[in-house]
Amino acid sequence: MIDYSLAAPEIFLTAAICVVLMVDAFLRAEQRRWTYTLSMLALVGTAICSALFGVDERLTTFTGSYVADPAGDVLKLFAYLIVALVFLYSRDYLEENGLFKGEFFVLGLLGLLGVMIIISGNNLLVLYLGLEVQSLSLYALIALNRESARSAESAMKYFVLGAIASGTLLYGISLLYGMTGTIELGPLAAQLAEPGGLNVPTVLALAFIVVGVAFKFGAVPFHMWIPDVYQGAPTPVALYVGSAPKIAAFALAWRVLVDGLGPLHVSWSDMLIVLCVLSLVIGNLLAIVQSNFKRMLGYSTISHVGFILMGFIAGTEDGIRFAMFYTIAYVLMATAAFGMILMLSRKGFEAENLEDFKGLNARSPWFAAVMLLIMFSMTGVPPLIGFYAKLVVLNSLLEVGLVWLAALGVVFAVIGAFYYLRVVWYMYFNEPVETAPLAPATDLRVAISANGLLLLALGIFPGALLNLVARVL
Amino acid sequence: MIPTILFYAFAAVLLVAAIGVITSRNPVYSALYLVFAFVQSAVLWLLIEAEFLAITLVLVYVGAVMVLFLFVVMMLDINVEQLRQGFTKYLPLGVVVALVVVIEIANVVWFRSEGRAFVTPDPYPAGYSNTKELGSVLYTDHVYAFEIAAVLLLLAIVAAITLTMRRRPGLKQQDIAKQVAVSAKDRVRIVKVESAKE
Repeated sequence: MIDYSLAAPEIFLTAAICVVLMVDAFLRAEQRRWTYTLSMLALVGTAICSALFGVDERLTTFTGSYVADPAGDVLKLFAYLIVALVFLYSRDYLEENGLFKGEFFVLGLLGLLGVMIIISGNNLLVLYLGLEVQSLSLYALIALNRESARSAESAMKYFVLGAIASGTLLYGISLLYGMTGTIELGPLAAQLAEPGGLNVPTVLALAFIVVGVAFKFGAVPFHMWIPDVYQGAPTPVALYVGSAPKIAAFALAWRVLVDGLGPLHVSWSDMLIVLCVLSLVIGNLLAIVQSNFKRMLGYSTISHVGFILMGFIAGTEDGIRFAMFYTIAYVLMATAAFGMILMLSRKGFEAENLEDFKGLNARSPWFAAVMLLIMFSMTGVPPLIGFYAKLVVLNSLLEVGLVWLAALGVVFAVIGAFYYLRVVWYMYFNEPVETAPLAPATDLRVAISANGLLLLALGIFPGALLNLVARVL
Repeated sequence: MIPTILFYAFAAVLLVAAIGVITSRNPVYSALYLVFAFVQSAVLWLLIEAEFLAITLVLVYVGAVMVLFLFVVMMLDINVEQLRQGFTKYLPLGVVVALVVVIEIANVVWFRSEGRAFVTPDPYPAGYSNTKELGSVLYTDHVYAFEIAAVLLLLAIVAAITLTMRRRPGLKQQDIAKQVAVSAKDRVRIVKVESAKE
């Protein structure tokens, strides 16, 4: 018997997307705000569904292809929050730049649906389909601005590379199915745990799957799309690409590698170590030479992915928890950072270069302070959340005796401090180039301040989020 | 006995059609040969009682994909001579790929089956419906994946419309409502022409 109530958030969101799509088709351009309002309501409704039908234990439905568990619920709630912030931060920018279309919101919600499907996927086929739902909406979103050749170029690059990565993942899945005869994660893990589960074809399949997951994360050497997409996409889309899909990437790695391929941890942790080291080195070193802020955030994402992977490399229960903690912390930071770019931009002007942050303190001390919090948090300065996130993943590495990798992480975190602190230097110790006053809408102002302060609050009281993660996972 | 004869007959036609695909000089003939090959393989599916696959192959590949393909071939002006250039250059690589494929097939068909009899699947009892079986699995065990695939199609439609539909300035379009609502005085202007004075 199928228990539909477990999948209530997905069912509600799908229905809501159809409503938004239909209503939007009948709205005139000047009534477009209704699409925005409806999308926000859809997110609130989905969150209510998640809260009402939340579970205390691990339950599966749809003959084992859907899993509901507390950790999944928490990840989903964060995903709703992030997408709501994305819509809020993007609204004014989209209106000013003539991109305020219903499709942005519909595709954004569909992307969220993909994220949710991945979070609750309990079978390789469903995980693959969720990944496709999510990636397809991203491809279209990146190319949303048809006037921009750069957007089209980055969308094309991402599409071609993403298609190859999906193909790779699917190839791995089909090999695994051929070896074990099942695509459901639980039975798969049981089969692989038996003696003889670790053989050459399985490891081959594993390698393909790790490539697919690494591409989703944007870990080196599968990172080529990240800087181009971050720079080429319209900034609201870059914000979207940089935030919610990271939760999906974490969920994909957690479901596939830990739930499904957990018995093969010895094999995949070695692969992840290579990805992790390369991501730390390339991400941090290339971020230093960037002059475009969006591109710099792209490379900084790559280095943060290195840290998220550390939790998986440790492979302990705590390791996975801390990877989840890091993912949530990172997504909150990235959302705030891109929100800041959107707030400083206005019609015909993109605050995407590092120089555009010059003298921000003189123009608006409060926003300079919020930006300072964001940059310090990304660097990993106590008492901000970024510090605790780094601390706990490095600690989980020490527990399994990977001291050298933890040391490498610390070294590159210090190197990474350079390019974050450069932004702070620009803000406080340079004369402003731009003198236009900053006048963002009130809700935007409140949201971004709250987002920045949340980084501080969670940094001072990291126990709140840590306990939550420890309780659910 | 009769199924075996049928198999060899259709397989032979299939091979001829496949050779036709790669040897015809005209791309339209190639596409038509490919349609022919698809129909033959659909019959082979039928022979092993996979009716649903057979019908899908004809409907999807012959009905949709190949028609689209023919459209493209006819619309694009493909310069066949240009395609033929470099044939000798790529020949060694082609031969190597072909050899690898032949060895692989030989490996599977011959070496691995040595000492093992080919088993023919037991025929299904009368009244067995392949389509019904597939449907019952698709709508029960895999209903979640099936629904997600439907969402994926919706998403593809939204994405395609987002990326392609735009109003170009200066595009000549008919507005039917405007045409119907038009009145005579919008279109015809009666001008009093003064008669020329002498």
